[in-house]
Amino acid sequence: MVAALDIIGALLLLGGTSFLLLGGLGLVRMPDAYNRIQAGTKATTLGTLLSLAGVAFLHPDWILKLLLIGVFLLFTNPLSSQVLARAAHRTDVQKASTTALDHLEEDLGGKR
Amino acid sequence: MAEVIINLAAVLAGIAFLLVLWRFIKGPGPVDRIIAFDGLTIVSITGILFAALAEGRGIYLDVALVYALLSFLGVIVVARFLERGF
Repeated sequence: MVAALDIIGALLLLGGTSFLLLGGLGLVRMPDAYNRIQAGTKATTLGTLLSLAGVAFLHPDWILKLLLIGVFLLFTNPLSSQVLARAAHRTDVQKASTTALDHLEEDLGGKR
Repeated sequence: MAEVIINLAAVLAGIAFLLVLWRFIKGPGPVDRIIAFDGLTIVSITGILFAALAEGRGIYLDVALVYALLSFLGVIVVARFLERGF
């Protein structure tokens, strides 16, 4: 039983770190800053949460602290990515040439 | 069996760290570097988890919690600075 829990936890850890790897790959490969914000925060948030779940399976007595870290990450990561995207848009960071739609630009209507 | 998978996961996290570090060094703009900094700290939290697993000490998780908090504050402060220059 304990061995089965260990295997489940290790597999969750592996899944989490593969999502971290995908996020890192996205940071390297994506064409502009806005796409990199998506890859660099969404994938890594999921990866860290999966890793926390895996450690919770491996060490059930740490579950309270792991839960605290997970809740904190869920609160802060979307917030920091949103603030970053807003700062990038306001400082006119270059968009990729394939960008099809920018609703914020349309709403502002060039009155900045 | 479980140890082998955990070691493989740690190697994957290390590769992810190197990829994000490459973006941190390469740039090209300040926003890209802040994103990479955010990614570095998030990957480092997983690294601290691996350290806690290897040592078997739950007190390391407190370090991860404080690290998450401080990195979040750093990202917010630098983003605000870029936006309006304090």
